[in-house]
Amino acid sequence: MENEGTVGLDCNFELKEVQKLEGHTDRVWGLAWNPVTGLAGVPSVLASCSGDKTVRIWQQAAATGSWECKAVLDETHTRTVRSCAWSPSGKMLATASFDATTAIWENVGDDFECVATLEGHENEVKSVCWNSSGSLLATCGRDKSVWIWEVQPGHEFECVSVLQGHTQDVKMVLWHPSIDLLVSVSYDNTIKIWAEDGESDDWHCVQTLGDSFSGHSSTVWAVSFNSTGDKMVTCSDDLTLKIWDTSLDLTASGSDSSGLWRHLCTLSGYHDRTIFSVHWSRDGVIASGAGDDTIRLFKEIPSDVVNGPSYNMICKKEKVHSMDVNSVQWHPKVPTILASASDDGYIKIWELKAIS
Amino acid sequence: MVSGLINANPVVYEKKERRVRSQPADKDEYAVEPIDQQEIFDHVRDIKDPEHPYSLEELKVVSEDAIELDDEHNYVRITFTPTVEHCSMATVIGLCLRVKLMRSLPSRYKVDIRVAPGTHATEAAVNKQLNDKERVAAALENPNLVEMVDECLAPTYE
Repeated sequence: MENEGTVGLDCNFELKEVQKLEGHTDRVWGLAWNPVTGLAGVPSVLASCSGDKTVRIWQQAAATGSWECKAVLDETHTRTVRSCAWSPSGKMLATASFDATTAIWENVGDDFECVATLEGHENEVKSVCWNSSGSLLATCGRDKSVWIWEVQPGHEFECVSVLQGHTQDVKMVLWHPSIDLLVSVSYDNTIKIWAEDGESDDWHCVQTLGDSFSGHSSTVWAVSFNSTGDKMVTCSDDLTLKIWDTSLDLTASGSDSSGLWRHLCTLSGYHDRTIFSVHWSRDGVIASGAGDDTIRLFKEIPSDVVNGPSYNMICKKEKVHSMDVNSVQWHPKVPTILASASDDGYIKIWELKAIS
Repeated sequence: MVSGLINANPVVYEKKERRVRSQPADKDEYAVEPIDQQEIFDHVRDIKDPEHPYSLEELKVVSEDAIELDDEHNYVRITFTPTVEHCSMATVIGLCLRVKLMRSLPSRYKVDIRVAPGTHATEAAVNKQLNDKERVAAALENPNLVEMVDECLAPTYE
């Protein structure tokens, strides 16, 4: 079903700027919140990666609540760092670069040390992601392939699969929040779902969401799961967001991954430039970051028995940055905090508030 | 690798007369001047074709009319016409246009580059690459490509 742009309806939320983080000397491509911080007295930690070839670690000071740059991870990648991802334990950070490598960093006290470098991709690596148990890592890149690495003791990483299937550049990979199902999105306009064949331990593509599934009509840039993992949202150069759901039984352990994903809803008419990033919060709010320097927020409205769920735009904030928004990421523990990163080289922290 | 030029005998056109811009006497130094089509064209007309010692204007690869502009909304679209349908230099020319505008226009500008419809065999593929900023960013980290682009852009800085 289609959701046509209806600006102004139900926009009773606003994003208030908390702080602007300066430091990077080139565009900021990606952000990642450390998943075990921001609760029970542990200060929030955010990682950012940039065209300036570095990764910056930012921490919120407990006393003042203000954000400071705690570390700069440099002199490792020789080209743009495109993506960064914390392991579920929060102890390691993986960084993917145009230099064709993925670096693994370990947090020791206040320092970060590069403990491993994963090589194999033929050219730019565009995304890296850890699975929910931290036992696997996935990477993807312009060489059209998706790589799966097994995390072994002593900072060893073994490549267990090189997945071919996409016919173009793969922009992002993301593991499902609870089961070992991998999603990849691509310049070839499709979304692919990958799973391990129970018997042979071989990874293969179990579904391709393209034309025949009401898929996107241009490059798919990003994907995000909702907190329960039964829905995912993708964003594209075709100016739409698409919501997908699955009949998979996610509660069964060792679940059969043959449950298919199907198109639920397309949100069109809301964006006029490429949507680079999308992220679904624990509270069910979908944030999008786009090439028109704008952040938009959407929320599901209760399901209509006949038509199924639909989504309303609850907030549109223009000129959040002076250039394209490349990444939007909700805080993992405080669902009203959002971080955004831009071509303008800045990162901003926002707080979602209801307009009284 | 094809030896010899893709288009050995391009048609060369006369350059359009350059309009000298007059400065109003009571010019406010701090006013943001609106950008117009002529200015955008002035930024790109002298870009050298990658293969021939002629400018994009002389080869009619770009013209003032092929520039669509909305200054209020910070939007520009340039449509360029490769000299031959199978021109493999199309992406290089497009990249040159993009780089020149990136260096010349305020950062608030959104720029779309495309080949004139019907003038290139792989039009959709070329357009897609030229408008994917991640692909463009990666390409501009390739020193050989940057050297080629800078050579083409050199005449525009004189």
